Amino acid sequence: MVRFVFGRALSLFGVLFCVVTATFFLVHLMPGGPFDRERKLPEQVEAQLRAKYRLDGPILAQYANYLGDLMHGDLRLSTKYRNRSVNEILADALPVSATLGGIAFALAVTAGVTFGSLAAAARQPWVDRAVMLLALVAICLPSFVIGPLLILLLSFTIPLLPVGGWGDARSLILPSITLAAPYAAYIARLTRASMLEVLGQDFVRTACAKGLSNFRVVCRHALRVGILPVVSYLGPLAANLLTGSIVVESIFSIPGAGGFFVNSVLNRDGFLLAGVVIVYCTLLVIFNLVVDLLYGLLDPRIVLYE
Amino acid sequence: MSEDRTRFRGLPRAPIWGPAAVIAAMTLLAVLGPALLPAQLGDVSRDSFLPPGPGHWFGTDLNGRDLFYRVLLGAQISLLVGAAGAAISFGVGVTYGLVAGYAGGTLDSALMRIVDVLYAIPRLIFLLVLVSTLDPLLRRLLETSGLRAWIGYSKIMILVLCLGLTEWLTMARIVRGQVLSLKAHPFVTAARALGQTHAGIIFNHLLPNLLGIAIVYLTLTIPAVILDESFLSFLGVGVQAPLASWGLLLSDGAQAINPIKGYWWLLIFPALAMAVTLLALNFLGDGLRDSLDPRRRR
Repeated sequence: MVRFVFGRALSLFGVLFCVVTATFFLVHLMPGGPFDRERKLPEQVEAQLRAKYRLDGPILAQYANYLGDLMHGDLRLSTKYRNRSVNEILADALPVSATLGGIAFALAVTAGVTFGSLAAAARQPWVDRAVMLLALVAICLPSFVIGPLLILLLSFTIPLLPVGGWGDARSLILPSITLAAPYAAYIARLTRASMLEVLGQDFVRTACAKGLSNFRVVCRHALRVGILPVVSYLGPLAANLLTGSIVVESIFSIPGAGGFFVNSVLNRDGFLLAGVVIVYCTLLVIFNLVVDLLYGLLDPRIVLYE
Repeated sequence: MSEDRTRFRGLPRAPIWGPAAVIAAMTLLAVLGPALLPAQLGDVSRDSFLPPGPGHWFGTDLNGRDLFYRVLLGAQISLLVGAAGAAISFGVGVTYGLVAGYAGGTLDSALMRIVDVLYAIPRLIFLLVLVSTLDPLLRRLLETSGLRAWIGYSKIMILVLCLGLTEWLTMARIVRGQVLSLKAHPFVTAARALGQTHAGIIFNHLLPNLLGIAIVYLTLTIPAVILDESFLSFLGVGVQAPLASWGLLLSDGAQAINPIKGYWWLLIFPALAMAVTLLALNFLGDGLRDSLDPRRRR
């Protein structure tokens, strides 16, 4: 077990090295530079800027230098948000995104699994139909439509909740619902499909024959196996949600990190992009590890390590 | 054994004909609508933000353009982008899955590893990098090769290409799985023993057998591509005005929602059009899968 976790932690460094390398050279290859403006900068100014952000000299030397800085935990200065280091920017914005993402994560998983198993186990076909229709609607509408629709309904028509902003707990409700909705819908579909399969298996029949109630059969016996496909989806989901969503954050004006991913690509802000990518990949690897450990816990037949 | 083995029922079949009719109707409207309606409805006029009424069924937008006309124009572009993008993803995904599944062994695991890695990258970021890298390149190419008339369409071409190039992963997985199971059948061994070439086996035996499922997932890729395009439009890298796509209309509509004056029609009508179409496509895909996918047949 310790060896397994340790091996995975080591592989994290391999993954990070690969993605940092890929990001660095991809940004270099993309047309346009970080200092391109409407009006072309005088040559000396641009040369000075390049020197300041250490983007001068041969590309391989730049890359080696950058790797050296990363080893010391220095993510460098952002070329877009002048004079602010990527470390500072991320330290400000990530906790905001992570809070919202954590709530949305919990919401998506609870709602998705509940509705999915309800749809699979319900005896009345209309429950299944209704839940699946709702899930499909949530998948078919982009979050920048769901968000404003919720605002229109719950902030303007019935003034219940604040439109946006960051600070008090009530302003978290609408954004976390908006953020969670498509993922909850996807999880509900996953759960339903896998539960339908599990509910047809022999051990479920046995459990029913023992005289257990439907609720107990579904929650104690079937769900434990049926939830496995959902669990394997949780790794990418957590990494996705915790690093923030540009769409939801811009609709509800939340000062999170979601915009950095997209804007750093558009601004050719390579160091900020690399910073976000590092955070994202670290989260992804960690959560995939947690998911694998959970797998072994839920289904003892799965052997992870010899 | 009785029909009802347990207390729980099996998979119900999703409907096919209803959704197919909705899609046909929407396509017809998109193709014929803008041609039959008076063209000045799409022009900028002074009647901005008129609520829905007899003159303008869906109201008008900021620039006084008729929203019904714009929604139909948007349908043209969105459906076109969706279909063309899905066609590209179909080609790439089927080829990739066929090669991986048929080759097997190291090549298979290497190819599928790549798919796993691409799955882990957030699709939106992948799309943004692709679009913002390829768009200037194609623009320059068109300018130098004397195809200046095409420059206006370069964005859409790039969008279709990039959307197709990011949406093929599921298709590749499905096709590969299918090929793996087909390969083990005696008829493939028989064909091989009779001296069929590998290409012959792929084209005469494997491809016809997996086309059904591939077409099912093609139906499910179209809504995914339309949805992706709408996110790109929201971020300002999708279809540009004066062209319209549902994504562009929706992101305009989302910005028009404010507490002082709720221009709700700018959001609701495009959202309805898009939701109905995407729902129908998804239902059609699910229905086709229930009846065509052997693993799901009960």
